Parts: sequence; C-alpha cells; structure tokens
Amino acid sequence: MDHLLQHLINGLVIGSVYALIALGYTMVYGIMQLINFAHGEIVMIGAMVTITCINMLLGANVALPGILLLTIGLAMAIPVSMALGYGIERVAYRPLRNAPRLAPLITAIGLSIVLQQVATLIWGRNYRPFPPILEIKTFEIGGAVITNLQVAIIVLAIVIMAALFFLIERSKLGRAMRATAQNIDVARLMGVNTNTIISLTFVIGSALGAVAGVMVAANYDQAHAYMGFLIGLKAFTAAVLGGIGNLGGAVLGGLVLGIIESLGAGYLSDLTGGVLTSSYKDIFAFAVLILVLLFRPSGLLGERVAERA
Amino acid sequence: MTTNTSPLLSVQDLKVAYGGIHAVKGINLEINKGELVALIGANGAGKTTTLKTLVGMVKPAAGSINFDGKDTARMAPYDFVSQGLVLVPEGRGIFPRLTVEENLQMGAYYRNDKADIAHDLARVYDLFPRLKERMKQLAGTLSGGEQQMVAIGRALMSRPKLLLLDEPSMGLAPIIVQKIFEIIRMIAAEGVTMLLIEQNAKLALETANRGYVMESGLITVADDSKTLLANPAIQSAYLGE
Ligand SMILES: Nc1ncnc2c1ncn2[C@@H]1O[C@H](COP(=O)(O)OP(=O)(O)O)[C@@H](O)[C@H]1O
Ligand SMILES: [Mg+2]
Repeated sequence: MDHLLQHLINGLVIGSVYALIALGYTMVYGIMQLINFAHGEIVMIGAMVTITCINMLLGANVALPGILLLTIGLAMAIPVSMALGYGIERVAYRPLRNAPRLAPLITAIGLSIVLQQVATLIWGRNYRPFPPILEIKTFEIGGAVITNLQVAIIVLAIVIMAALFFLIERSKLGRAMRATAQNIDVARLMGVNTNTIISLTFVIGSALGAVAGVMVAANYDQAHAYMGFLIGLKAFTAAVLGGIGNLGGAVLGGLVLGIIESLGAGYLSDLTGGVLTSSYKDIFAFAVLILVLLFRPSGLLGERVAERA
Repeated sequence: MTTNTSPLLSVQDLKVAYGGIHAVKGINLEINKGELVALIGANGAGKTTTLKTLVGMVKPAAGSINFDGKDTARMAPYDFVSQGLVLVPEGRGIFPRLTVEENLQMGAYYRNDKADIAHDLARVYDLFPRLKERMKQLAGTLSGGEQQMVAIGRALMSRPKLLLLDEPSMGLAPIIVQKIFEIIRMIAAEGVTMLLIEQNAKLALETANRGYVMESGLITVADDSKTLLANPAIQSAYLGE
C-alpha cells in the first residue's frame, strides 16, 4: 500500500485540472442547459498558444527565468481562449437560442471538430513537447514524491476556484449570473443584460480552461491538437459526476474522478495480473460516466434535473 | 373626467401575436399617476400578454406604448425597469436558489445608490416582517404567500413608477389573499401607480379605482370600478352573481 499516497497525490493534481475544466462546462450548462462540447478545444488551444509563445520567446533568445516565460505564455493564451469562447457563443450558439435543443448540441460537436482541424493546420498532428523551461524539484512526503510544479498546479487551482466562488456567491455580478441561470426572463426584467451575462460565462469558463490546458501540458510535458477531446470528455464526466450545473459539484467531481482514475490506473495492473496496464486508465472516466448516468444522473451534489418548471 | 396632465401610460391600438395566434388584437389603455387600475377577463383573454408587452418581454406587432413621455418601442428589454416599468410576473417568478434578501437585491440591480437601496430594503422588511425573519432562507423554500411577498417586495426595490401585478392571488389561500390585497392597498396609499390583473374580479374591482374588461384580445368595457361592480352584464360574467 505504499503507493496509495502517491496515487492520491497524482489524482489530486489531475483532479484539480479536471475541476477547472468541469467548471466551464457546468457554468455554461447552468445558464443555458447547453453542453459546450467545444470547451475541450478551448483547453487545447490554451496549451498550444502557451507553448508557441514560449518557443517564440526562446527562439528570440529572450533570457528570462522559466516561470516568467510561462507567465507570459499564459498571459497570451488566456485572452485567446477567452476570445474564442466569446466568439463560439456569439456565432454558433446565440442564433440557436430558441432552436430545438438538439441543434446547438450538434453545432457544438461540429465546432469541436472544426477547431481540432484548424489546430492541426496550425500546429500539425504530432505531439508538441512542452519547452523544458521549468526547473522541476521533487519533494518527498511519506514515501511519495510531489514536484514543485504539481504543488503549483494545486495551489493555483485553489486560488482560481476561491476567486470564482467569491465572484459568483458574493458579488453583485455573481448574483446576477445566478439569477440568470435560475430564471432568465425575470433576470432580464430586473434590468440584467442577460446576453452579457451569457458571454461572460463563456469567457470566464474559457479562461479557466486555458489555465487548465497549460497545467496538463506542463505536467505531462506535451500537448496535442486532439488532446481537447479526451480531457474535455473527462472533465465533462467530472461535471456530471458532481451534478451538472452545480459549481461545488464540478470541483468535487473533478477531484473524485482524478483520484478514481489515478488509483484505478495504479492498481489495474496488479489486479489483472499485468494483463491490463495503466495505459487503460481512460476506461475509468467512461465507466464512471456510464455508472453515474445509470444510477445517479443528478450527480453527487446535483438537484433533480427535472426541477425546472 | 378630465386631467390636465398627460397620462403616465398611454397604449394605442396595441396588437400582439405569438406566431399565428393573435393574443391582443388592438387595445387602448390609459393610466394616470396615482391610479390603481384593474384588468379583468377570462383565462386566455390576453391579460398576461398585455402586461408582458408593457415591460418589453414580448414585442408588439403593431400599436404604440408611451410611458412617462417616452415611446418604449426602441427600448432594450433590460431597460424597462430603470424607466420605472416593473412587473410582478404571473406565478411570481422568484429566484428559488437565491436567498430572500438576494431576491430583493435583484430588484435593485439597476440601481447604484447604495444608501437608498439599504433604506428601501428596510422599508420592504417593515412592510413584510415575515421576509425579514427569513432573509437568509432560499426563496424556493418559502410558502406561496411568502413567495408572493418576495415578488412584490422585489418589485418595490425597483422603485416602480408603474407597478404591474399579474394575478398576485393565484394559488393562495383566501386568508393570504386578503393579506396580499391589504399590502396592495398600502402600496397604493403610498402613491404607487398600479395595473392589477386578477382572476378574483370582485376583489380587484373593490380595490381599484377603475377597471378594464378584456375578452379574446380586445377591451370590451372600461369604466369606474363602482360602475363596473353595478353592471349586470359584468356581474353575471365575472362576479359570479
Ligand atoms: N408563449 C405563447 N405562445 C403561444 N401562445 C401563447 C403564449 N402565451 C399566451 N399564448 C396565447 O395567447 C392567448 C392569451 O394568453 P394570455 O395573455 O396568457 O391570457 P390571460 O393572461 O388573459 O389568461 C391565449 O390564447 C394563449 O394560449
Ligand atoms: Mg394570465
């Protein structure tokens, strides 16, 4: 059992990333009952833009500490992802606001494919290594190791989530966002420009997604034009697991899924006598998705889905 | 009766349609400052549609709406409240997972005058002590009558020049209905102009100064409440006498 702590640490790291992405899915779902399947691509583009940006700086022989290069890369990638999220809502979803619900869903899937293809045109089909600009240090705790990067990922995720919760739960803007999610017509009646609120929801979710994309790319040392599909689907699973539309649920779902996946991958090989290796770890997310949909579609913290009158 | 000032609300030949369904077929309405006017009529007559059009939730097909000297046609839906046009919607339309206090604050969303908002909040709590007791409770967990209080209190937080009430007694026990109407009279006494839709036509006309009767998208009768209450045709059709 000496690996248990290690699996928990790894699960917590990837779980924080899932949580940040799941928040984007759940915020959009909460306000317009739409699953933005293009969200995974926003995550991917955040990672790709950061890597490109850092490589350009390195290519220009800019002598800055790695952490600063990373910060500049993030500072470029976040607005790109935000603009993309804003544009997707304006161009693809807003015209379908009153269409049957299948229409925006199909549009979302189509958009996701288009964005993947555009990304392969820009960045190619191969894995893009994350530039080795960070000085990775490892710490030992109770027989397990954790890197400074992993600590940074967890801390940054906590800070971002705390800021988001403060915005949503304590500010006037957040109150208007919650009101819009609960009754959009009446929110408009109260003077809320609900179109702005919807745009803002996409923009905030996209910013979180971009940061998460950079986190995975840095943690696994690579990014890929198709990475958005898998990580998007897993984060979506996390959102469903926590209860789609529920912010706390997205965080809980992300962490739980990260830990299930990490433990599962770790013990899969032992339990199957080496037949299934940890490269099968992705099956856990989908097993969780299917089980939740079968037995508790409202998720861990979700209210009844049919609540809306 | 003549007035030397122009009416607060003046609606001319208003028509509203949902696709092919003509819900409002050309109506005229006038409301003066300080009046409490009732709009009565059977289910499906077009009353809710009329109110929704007045606050910009539904766009008219034809006709004009002049409010406080302004044509409302070019106003964005979220600008009506700041002009003083405030609706307490049919079915209350509270935000179930916001607290009572957050619901009330939403009424003041368009305002930035913090001190005045705090003052108005205190006034709403004076009017509805029950809401003060439950200020931290989620509005969705309140009883129907309390939810109606939230909806009315929230509307007052918008400082309405014209308060539109769509069936405030719907689904409430008779004793609660009496209480809600007591409050409507108190608000009227403070000088708030109101247009009230009610299924309970008798109660509405007893409370209002004037009334309009709506039938299949048209206004068929308009008169003082007393005259309407004494009208045999109205009595048999709406007052159950
Ligand atoms: N959203 C809508 N779509 C289509 N028809 C509607 C809609 N809302 C109301 N109607 C129709 O318009 C007419 C007037 O309805 P409404 O204004 O709600 O009447 P009232 O409030 O007097 O009961 C009815 O025939 C109703 O079925
Ligand atoms: Mg109605």
